[in-house]
Amino acid sequence: MKKQWDILVVDDEPVVLDAVVKICSAEGFSVDYSSDAADALKKFERNEYTLIICDIMMPVLNGFDLLNEIYKRKISSSLIMTTGYSTVENAVKSLYSGAIDYIPKPFTADEIVNSVLRGMKYIQLLKSAANNKDKADSMVFVPCPAKYYRLGYSSWAAKENTGSLLVGATDLFIKSVENVTSIELWKIDDEVIQGNNCAHIVDKEERVHPLLSPLSGRIIEVNEEIKTNVSLPEKDPYFKGWFYRIIPSDSEYELKNLINCSSDRY
Amino acid sequence: MFRKIGFKLILVVSVTAVVIIGIFSFYNIRSHSDALLNEVERHANQLSETVKHSTRYDMLLNQRERIHTIINTIGSQPGIHSVRVLNKVGEIIYSSQKDDIGKMVDKNAESCYACHAENKPLERLPIKERTRIFRPDPGSARIMGIITPIYNEASCYEAACHAHEENQTVLGVLDVTISLNEVDKQIMQGEIDTVVFAFSAVIAFSLLLGFVVKRWVDKPVKELLNATHQVGTGNLNYLIEDKRNDEFGMLSKSFNNMTQKLSEARMQLFQSDKMASLGRLAAGVAHEINNPLTGVLTYSSFLLKKTQNNPEMNEDLKVIVRETKRSREIVKSLLDFARQSVPKKNPVNINEIIDKSIAVVENQLSLNHINLNKEIDSSLPESKVDSNQMQQVFINLLVNAADAIGTKGGTINIKTALLRLSPYGITHIKKASCPKRHDLMDNEVKIDGMPSIKLKFNSNGTTGFINLDPVYGRNHHLINTTLNKNENLNYVCPQCDISLTVQGKKCPECGASVYTFEVPSQGSVEGCVSKDCSWQKWDAVDSGGLKEYIEIKISDNGCGIPKENLSKIFEPFYSTKGQKGTGLGLAVIWGIIDNHNGTITVESEVNNGTTFTIRLPLK
Repeated sequence: MKKQWDILVVDDEPVVLDAVVKICSAEGFSVDYSSDAADALKKFERNEYTLIICDIMMPVLNGFDLLNEIYKRKISSSLIMTTGYSTVENAVKSLYSGAIDYIPKPFTADEIVNSVLRGMKYIQLLKSAANNKDKADSMVFVPCPAKYYRLGYSSWAAKENTGSLLVGATDLFIKSVENVTSIELWKIDDEVIQGNNCAHIVDKEERVHPLLSPLSGRIIEVNEEIKTNVSLPEKDPYFKGWFYRIIPSDSEYELKNLINCSSDRY
Repeated sequence: MFRKIGFKLILVVSVTAVVIIGIFSFYNIRSHSDALLNEVERHANQLSETVKHSTRYDMLLNQRERIHTIINTIGSQPGIHSVRVLNKVGEIIYSSQKDDIGKMVDKNAESCYACHAENKPLERLPIKERTRIFRPDPGSARIMGIITPIYNEASCYEAACHAHEENQTVLGVLDVTISLNEVDKQIMQGEIDTVVFAFSAVIAFSLLLGFVVKRWVDKPVKELLNATHQVGTGNLNYLIEDKRNDEFGMLSKSFNNMTQKLSEARMQLFQSDKMASLGRLAAGVAHEINNPLTGVLTYSSFLLKKTQNNPEMNEDLKVIVRETKRSREIVKSLLDFARQSVPKKNPVNINEIIDKSIAVVENQLSLNHINLNKEIDSSLPESKVDSNQMQQVFINLLVNAADAIGTKGGTINIKTALLRLSPYGITHIKKASCPKRHDLMDNEVKIDGMPSIKLKFNSNGTTGFINLDPVYGRNHHLINTTLNKNENLNYVCPQCDISLTVQGKKCPECGASVYTFEVPSQGSVEGCVSKDCSWQKWDAVDSGGLKEYIEIKISDNGCGIPKENLSKIFEPFYSTKGQKGTGLGLAVIWGIIDNHNGTITVESEVNNGTTFTIRLPLK
């Protein structure tokens, strides 16, 4: 029988390792740690982890290698990527490769805890979805419609005929936040950048959850309705619950970094 | 000094002035003296006629004493040298100089020569030929003589004295000689005046010219020379202060303009190099600083949460958290600044971007004696590109070409053309995945600079890997084990071992099995598993038909790239320029072209030159 842990932290920087272990332990999670990816892989032989918090830039095996190995070895853990080299490319590549979240360093205790809580909820949602597979009447979450594109499981983008794009949060993301009390939106004419924050969703415990923008561009319209009716994105995440209408700066290039919802298999 | 342009100019102009004034003076003096002599001649002739007429009556009466008196009186007038009358045999009958009377004059003497030359008979002569100028002895003043023949007439041979016979034509000659002393003095004075005038004119002219040359040619040339020296030593901010409106003023203006452009171009090159270095630095700094910042921010924010009951400590911790977050924003903005920006594509004509790029490097090329040949297809339609990034591409390639040529001179060719090509053999597969969405792209093994597609195969119990060429239909695949010909391979995903073989489908060319992989959002690619068959099919791309491309070729005849380095040149930090370059130039170019869905390829031969070919899809 393998030992069951909540979290495995992998980072070559001892101070980050210590801090994350301390913070997550304080939240009541059981936390294991490892200072390199090869060592982390060995731990999977003896233990099981629900969630992995992993750095990208590490010697020998980097975060992406670890992510690939986890798929290869059919390990069911979900992975949150962090990095000090916080570029758009790393953010997008992490989410494209299957990480459930991306947190640029340096982060606060709240940011990492919120991400972990979301991750735990996400795993729970997927599990109950798998359990309810046979029951047609109870749908745990609404998958992204075909012809939509999504950035990880965080945000979606949909092309419009006019060349603009609609942007919103996926149902899984909204559901993993739980009890949304307010949504902070950017303003018209603000620039959003792919993989960077484009909205803050606040839950009833005043935890702030950043929504990562699926594409870069300029905001031309903001869905003011979701500010007052905060439950709208959960009720109708892909249509009435949209966040922004944007003019993309280079949708053709950036869309390639997104997952085509037509090919979704949950 | 003698090599100075001002001196040469003055010399040439002065010599011309001397020649012109000399010729003028010569003719001036000559015509002046001619006029004077003519005047004297006319005067002498008139005098002769006067003598002849006043003595005529006395001669008819043979009053010799009276004739003597008249001749003596006239001969003693100032300026008149002598008055003589000779008879037909040359004997001086009358003379104002008493000693001469009775003397015979030799027919060859100058007073007789005019008539008696060549033993011709005496005839009527025009006044010119009756005049002569001579010096009685060297050193004395010149004398003009005029002879007036005394012709026979009826009253002479019918006179009572019958001294003359009827058949004689000339009875004698009146010879009047006039001293030219005064006239010569006047001529001499005229000559001196003219020479003095000529000399002073030439000197004044030269001085004026010298002043003008110094003021309007020498000074601005010196200034320009100084400016070129300054620019030559690297001071590109040097400006010529010249407010003239002449050609030198215009030259100064265009010189200032040129240095300004040169300095701008240098700044631009410097800037792009700096940006590349800054990018590296920022990336390094961000990574190194963000880790310790994570320590500070996580601990302080954690403590902040734990000390909510201790307001004093809580306040202080808030400051730490706030300031650390501020540092985070600073590092983030540094990274944002340095990160390669997302292309902002607008419809532009590639030819215009090429012209702009050429303008930036033109001066550098001409300094290195490099010719630039443009073969521009003016019918190119507009294409959607980021003009700044494209300009960066062209400038970089032109500078690389110039560096390859060096300073010995050479040629760079730029050619643009519109191509219609089948996607087969060209289209770059950038993403590939198995049905379970595992990434098949292999960044470790690159084929012609592009990440390859890695598949695993099983064959008769052995397993191996094949790296497929990411260019659809080009078939530069890499297989690291030797395989038997026509061996049927079973391809699987290297990560999840899911089979990639298409059930029940055979290659239409060789009948072997067919593999497939997905290209996210662009359908799937199929290909023949056999090593010797090159069949590939990508319906989503093929259905688009022929695609239009803009092709830009930049070639040089420089040093070329050795074959073993060709595959590395698009790698980041690969450089042959040592401290001069960052090794990021071609890597950045590759990234930009890739962002535009285009391709960049290189062909090179050592010592023969290098050709970069860029193909940009029109749509």
